[in-house]
Amino acid sequence: MDLHIGKARATLAERRAVDAVLGPPASGWEGGRRRSGADARTARAGREARARRHLLLPALHAAQGRAGWISAGALNYICQRLTVPPAEAYGVASFYGMFSLERRAPAVAHVCDDIVCRLKGAEPLCAGMERAMGPAGGGARKDATWLRSPCLGLCERAPAVLIAHAGEAPRETVLAPATASEVIEALKPPTAAGPSETTAAPQAKIPQYGEPGLRLLCRVDRVDPTNLDDYRAHGGYLALRRAIELGPDAIVREVLDSKLVGRGGAAFPTGRKWEAVLKAGARPHYLVCNADESEPGTFKDRVLMESDPFALIEAMTIAGYATACERGYLYVRGEYPLAAERLSHAIGMARAKGLLGENVMDHGFRFDIEIRRGAGAYICGEETALFNSIEGYRGEPRNKPPFPTTHGLFGKPTVVNNVETLVNVLDIVLEAGHAYAAIGTPGSTGTKLFCVSGHVERPGIYEVPFGTTLREMLARAGGVPGGRRLKAVLLGGAAGTFVTPEEIDVPLTFEGTRAIGAALGSGVVVAFDETADLWDTVLRIAAFFRDESCGQCVPCRVGTVRQEEALHRLARARGAGRAAGEAALLDEIGQAMRDASICGLGQTAASAVATAVAKLGLLDGGGA
Amino acid sequence: MRNGAKLYAVDPRRTSSAQWADTWLGIDVGSDIALANAMGREIIASGLVNRAFVERATTGFEEYKAKVERYTLAEGERLTGAPAAVIRQMAHDYARADRAEICWTLGITEHHNAVDNVLAIINLSLLTGHVGRYGSGLNPLRGQNNVQGGGDMGAIPNKYPGFQDVEDAEVRARFERAWKVTLPPKYGWHLSEMFEAMERGDLRTVYIIGENPCQSEADMKRAVGLMERLDHIVVQDLFMTRTAAMAHVVLPAAAAWCEAEGTVTSSERRVQRVRKALDPPGEARDDLDILCDLAARLGHDWGHPTAEEIWNEVRSLSPMHAGMSYRRLEEMNGLHWPCYDETHPGEQFLHARLWEEPCRGPKAPLVPVEFEPAVDELTGEYPIRLTTGRRLDSFNTGVQTSGYSSPLRRGETLDLAPEDGGQYGVDEGEVVRVTSRRGSILAPVRYDTGLRPGLAFMTLHFPDDVATNLLTIDATDPKSGTAEFKATAIRIEKIKEPALAGAGLKG
Repeated sequence: MDLHIGKARATLAERRAVDAVLGPPASGWEGGRRRSGADARTARAGREARARRHLLLPALHAAQGRAGWISAGALNYICQRLTVPPAEAYGVASFYGMFSLERRAPAVAHVCDDIVCRLKGAEPLCAGMERAMGPAGGGARKDATWLRSPCLGLCERAPAVLIAHAGEAPRETVLAPATASEVIEALKPPTAAGPSETTAAPQAKIPQYGEPGLRLLCRVDRVDPTNLDDYRAHGGYLALRRAIELGPDAIVREVLDSKLVGRGGAAFPTGRKWEAVLKAGARPHYLVCNADESEPGTFKDRVLMESDPFALIEAMTIAGYATACERGYLYVRGEYPLAAERLSHAIGMARAKGLLGENVMDHGFRFDIEIRRGAGAYICGEETALFNSIEGYRGEPRNKPPFPTTHGLFGKPTVVNNVETLVNVLDIVLEAGHAYAAIGTPGSTGTKLFCVSGHVERPGIYEVPFGTTLREMLARAGGVPGGRRLKAVLLGGAAGTFVTPEEIDVPLTFEGTRAIGAALGSGVVVAFDETADLWDTVLRIAAFFRDESCGQCVPCRVGTVRQEEALHRLARARGAGRAAGEAALLDEIGQAMRDASICGLGQTAASAVATAVAKLGLLDGGGA
Repeated sequence: MRNGAKLYAVDPRRTSSAQWADTWLGIDVGSDIALANAMGREIIASGLVNRAFVERATTGFEEYKAKVERYTLAEGERLTGAPAAVIRQMAHDYARADRAEICWTLGITEHHNAVDNVLAIINLSLLTGHVGRYGSGLNPLRGQNNVQGGGDMGAIPNKYPGFQDVEDAEVRARFERAWKVTLPPKYGWHLSEMFEAMERGDLRTVYIIGENPCQSEADMKRAVGLMERLDHIVVQDLFMTRTAAMAHVVLPAAAAWCEAEGTVTSSERRVQRVRKALDPPGEARDDLDILCDLAARLGHDWGHPTAEEIWNEVRSLSPMHAGMSYRRLEEMNGLHWPCYDETHPGEQFLHARLWEEPCRGPKAPLVPVEFEPAVDELTGEYPIRLTTGRRLDSFNTGVQTSGYSSPLRRGETLDLAPEDGGQYGVDEGEVVRVTSRRGSILAPVRYDTGLRPGLAFMTLHFPDDVATNLLTIDATDPKSGTAEFKATAIRIEKIKEPALAGAGLKG
């Protein structure tokens, strides 16, 4: 490709950071020193160069991590290394919230001000930050700055802060719950490379710790997540051994028999996906684990990845074996540094023990896993947007059909599953599909993880069989604290629906929630007590979708903006005046987004707002 | 290419197109035959010859094999400068490909041995059988929408419309009957021969239609000098070109693509209809009207036939156009020649006969050719190889493109490798003197990393500012009449007067 690179040059440090990801440049044409002999006579590009495009996102991470921002020089260097037009690379870099194309201080605090953190003091925390460091994103200090952030997936410990230190050894840490003074202390330059997690107090164990009968959470907080031997001592890798005995066809049959459906929100039968990919003629097949858990209020996959990383690696290996994939991509959201670190370590250990690589378990099949880190884009949780992100393009969803089972990652047949879905496979393989199907209800088999947060006594991750009612769920979490009255529950996150206190006897199954016009989504349960300002929540949800819309299709790009504007007008009026007209407008916008958006983001962007209006009487003063 | 085709680019410069290629080979200017012969030898030596095709459809294989024997990979590297391993890889990829084609433009034909260059390439396609089949073949890419049509219609000194030979008595008799005149029985002069005739005094009057030879000819000083000695010049053109400014009579012409009816023929031999959308401005007239009026003044009343009537005459005399009525051209969005009658769909590609069983018509000869270096030798006095070419937003001498602005346009420069800039102590933007054995001009320097040390590049788009063709050599291929625009030996010198170095451009 003929590149027209600008004059800005990368610093030596930036070049080294990029080279650490891409390897040294092969020639002067790729940004290396111009060699008088060979470079004058031959050059390689074309398909070979295009095949490296998928390294764009890792290279951008490297530049951002080194300098704290992606300079024009660094971007130019990456473009030359990967033969990507600068305008396209700019389009990709500017797509992600965690990248900055303007000079930014090397230490940044990303302060979550999303739904759950708002209930737990995010605004006072932001006010404290502002007092100490000036307005968000401001340049009051050269060495550090702070920004507001969408949900960081630490809702059980709200309010949460992610701290990023750029440098030779970039470090990302989280603080939750955080105070302004702790954040400011954490923004000081790190002294020595330590662990990612700098939470002062040791993290509390999961609420169900020690409870018998846990399946997905059985090892969480019981095994050492960095120790493969400990994992094996707790039953690890028995499932892979059993899977190899069964062979791919039988595994797929067991998964079909189990009636397992996807836990990421769409609830598609997992076995059907696997069967389609196993039978797909085109090669190679790819496995993608969607660990871009970004739905506000969701943190279940993070807990699994941080506390039981080997389980996910083993489950991915089984999935790869069952669907004839030789390569799996694990796409972890950028806000989960500890999960990425633990998984990366686990992959290394598994490789060293022959549980990944050329000859898995000496059984002669090849499978390996590569971690890709997101960079702050909710939309990348949409499976086809995630493919584009891995491939080095803007994370914009693709039109479907064709579906991933035939045209997925790199245009090849692809199995894409959520973390929780995959971990379920371990038990299915070990105890057979029909046994698994006996758990839960006939329409929703197995157990489900719920992320309970907000105004409850014991927020955290809970595993229950399908069929448990929302009332029981809230009771397990200790109910609303202080004897206060429950006002509403947000089920399924920002893309979900509000449920009234009268509806909380709904069984938490796919069919049960559907009956009351709600959806389980990713298993988010956020409780709001009588003190909560639902207007504040609804406006934050509207702002979230406006911000996270990728802008590709008109209904969503325009609709999310118009929805937020209408809500602001209503919020100012609060009950007075033109409410009826604005409500009709909101309805119409919601309908257009549901009908005409390319992907689920636009299709669900009006859902929580609409239920708040319809069920909670938001417009009649019911929200305050 | 997005569907996975593999592209090799052979060009002394790493051009924009070369940057899209899987592999680029930066050979020395004028070493194309050495490269093709080395590939041919490698294909033979590695047993990659398409034996079945060579035996049934070609002649001269043994002679070719013997002639290319000395072009080993090492010799190929020595003569072209391209690494032997890359030449080998290209030879193997070309020979092994299921389908492969070779495309070229003026880098092959603007040489003193242009026809030999083309023959060397044809030999490769015959060795491998990459010809006469869908997706294969040889494709000279044209620079204008109707270069192909000009040749097809007989605007060349040795052919009537449809490539029928002027010296074939039977053919000539047919045209004489149709036109009711006696036609000259011998080939005419091509452009270079016309200038030679001017030099001898045999050619005193020229009628020039849509050409600007006083700026487009190699060794421009000589060309202009010869034109100045002519008795009479008539120029028929859309623009008041430098050549038109020299003319005794200028006939303003309509723009053929929008102010006249007719046809054009593209590189893929597709004849397409052109429709009139506007009346020509002022006194400008359709070429047909001008020619017919001129014929009447010369005593031949042709009347005023329409474009379609003239086209139907072409169809009656040129068998390969016979089936292309205006109605069919319109219905089928153009047709490829040959198209022999009104039921013929047109041939999608040529030479399919070579694959018929048995091979129909004469076999295709492998014609061995030898490498000869460029005429304008590199010496201590003229150490830099200047090659000329085009840029994306400009066209030839700028007659059609200098009238509008373009964000890409940056004026004429002498493009040099940055290393040469260092060696000669000249900076970017500095105006330097560029001298060849024929002339000397001033031009500002621009660095281009696509050039290697010792190789320079200029265009001929801005002849009013920088007359590049004062430098070029008119060493001409005797077979095609094309001059060696692509290979000039030059030297560059800093200029003494600093004021001039900063501002002046005029040579």
